[in-house]
Amino acid sequence: MDYLDELESESIYIIREAYKKFKKIALLWSIGKDSTTLVWLARKAFYGKIPFPVMHLDTGHKFPEMYKFREEWVKNWGLNLIVARNEEAINRGVICKPGDTHACSTELKTKALQMAIEKYKFKAIIVGIRRDEHGIRAKERQFSPRTQDFKWDYKNQPPELWGQYKTKAEEGGHLRVHPLLGWTELNIWEYIKREDIPINVLYFAKNGKRYRSLGCQPTTRPIDSNADNVDKIIEELKTTKQAERDGRALDKETMYEMQKIRALGYM
Amino acid sequence: MNNEKENMKIVIVGHIDHGKSTFIGRLLYDTNSLPEGKIEEIKAVCESLGKKFEVGYILDSLEEERDQNVTIDTTQIFFKTNKRNYTIIDAPGHVEFIKNMITGASQAEAATLIVDAEEGVQEQTRRHAYILNMLGLKQIIVVINKMDLIKYEEKEFNNVKDKLTEFLSNINVKPSIIIPISAKEGDNITKKSENMQWYKEKTVLESLDTFKNKVSLKDKELRLSIQDYYSFDKRIFVGKIESGKIKQEDEILILPTNEKTKIKSIEEFLKNPKEAEAGKSIGITTEDKVFIDRGHIIVKPNEKQPIITNKIKANIFWMDKIPIKKGERISLRCTTQEVMCEIDSINKIINSSTLEIKMNKEEIKDKEAAEVILKTEKPIIIENFNNIEEMGRFVLEREDIVAGGIIIN
Repeated sequence: MDYLDELESESIYIIREAYKKFKKIALLWSIGKDSTTLVWLARKAFYGKIPFPVMHLDTGHKFPEMYKFREEWVKNWGLNLIVARNEEAINRGVICKPGDTHACSTELKTKALQMAIEKYKFKAIIVGIRRDEHGIRAKERQFSPRTQDFKWDYKNQPPELWGQYKTKAEEGGHLRVHPLLGWTELNIWEYIKREDIPINVLYFAKNGKRYRSLGCQPTTRPIDSNADNVDKIIEELKTTKQAERDGRALDKETMYEMQKIRALGYM
Repeated sequence: MNNEKENMKIVIVGHIDHGKSTFIGRLLYDTNSLPEGKIEEIKAVCESLGKKFEVGYILDSLEEERDQNVTIDTTQIFFKTNKRNYTIIDAPGHVEFIKNMITGASQAEAATLIVDAEEGVQEQTRRHAYILNMLGLKQIIVVINKMDLIKYEEKEFNNVKDKLTEFLSNINVKPSIIIPISAKEGDNITKKSENMQWYKEKTVLESLDTFKNKVSLKDKELRLSIQDYYSFDKRIFVGKIESGKIKQEDEILILPTNEKTKIKSIEEFLKNPKEAEAGKSIGITTEDKVFIDRGHIIVKPNEKQPIITNKIKANIFWMDKIPIKKGERISLRCTTQEVMCEIDSINKIINSSTLEIKMNKEEIKDKEAAEVILKTEKPIIIENFNNIEEMGRFVLEREDIVAGGIIIN
């Protein structure tokens, strides 16, 4: 067992545990590299037949390439897809724009998730966040409780040890399950290479630019890069000193934005 | 396949304000592990607040805790040496956050205990050391921090070192080295200190690199804990190989039902493996139609058998505001096994900081450690912690996990 084998086994264990304990669960698929890896792991956990839906929180502002990728792989992998959109907010004209990502994060993503959880009565949501992405995400547990109104009480989290996870959700609340918490960005790309996982073309350099992290189109900027295949991306990551989410406007606006929106239920 | 260097998780523990954040900031800074622009960003914030830049702010800025000035939770950060990649688990030093410290320490392979040279051994220094030992963490280095405040004096260092060594030997903790450092100034972290010519031994980085990665349990007896079963095209039993290995055609014994069969196939999606080893989440099909369910343990009939019992002697660490008394029904989870149990007797209750042994043995309170006999309602399959770790530790659960336990007999 090498290091990637260990990460893979732990993630598969967690996904199976979430299904065993909660049954009514969904996997959040943002169409990015991490959650696509997560879908891959879920396919492995259930021998190609994921017994629960994958859910896309669609703000209406995603890249065309992302929608295309979604349709293609939903078909190829036989996924049960739920598209969660906050139509009311979209119709009201809530948009995603640089300088004001708060409304998009809370109304188009968090609220859309909240409505979907209520509609389908999900008890747990599997999410592909990683500890190394952002300081505040480093505080997460692998099974992390949320209250009914989506509050994350990160100052008073239950202990989690030796692969024994919190498996009781409070009345009306749900658990966020994080199988990729211990993976780094580099681990993800090494695993993508090893498993030959299909990944959205936006990650690969075109005309000297590529996306390293994908969000909404208006608020996501590409980085300068000539890495046009997985090998080159791995090489780039070994030497880069840029932060992964540098191209993501929402992290940059204020130092506390990420903490604020996460306390409100953002991923 | 994976050409990356080794990985190791280390936990940094110690009393509040003894300098954990500064120490971690220094490690990140000196090993060049911070993202581009991070230092500039922090320097700009410092300037706007009228403060001088210090490495301690690096962690604060990663954690957004400037307001509170205490590490609230177990945070993980990464750095590299020539030998391996490290994940640092920063465990909070505040007494209120002990369950976070335990969560962090339970994931680590090695630990660094940090002690303030001026303040010396304090309440959480002792408690954290006690917990590390209880959790079975044997690879420990100690750093005596803030040497700059005591003018880098060897004599003062030896004073603190002697007191600490005395305490640690009482609880059977043997650090591999005790290093005088100043995290703030960067002495003896990545390079030998000019200020402490009298110190001839290893720096912090050199010492960390001497730690050994956890040895795989693949050469121990087979213990496969069953997590679930799926009936898609065929009946696949999935679980985790806690120790040992399996291959196709192996004779297996299912516990506690005592049914015997053979492994027909090892199931992995899109692969066709003939064998699998400890650590792997795997599926199997069996030759005969047998009853296998979650919580069953699969072993090999020709190997040494596990302990099947309804009485467990264990050291537990209690971390719930509501104490536990003898006779309370509580859920015990060990691998995928879950049984109801109660405390049959309390042999000893220890204050995890002062090591004082309590005379009153009626109930175990928050942050107390105890040696207990647990009685389970159904037999449970276990091992001594020293034999197979994965089968020798458990948690107790009310609504949340409230205790961790190590099986000693």
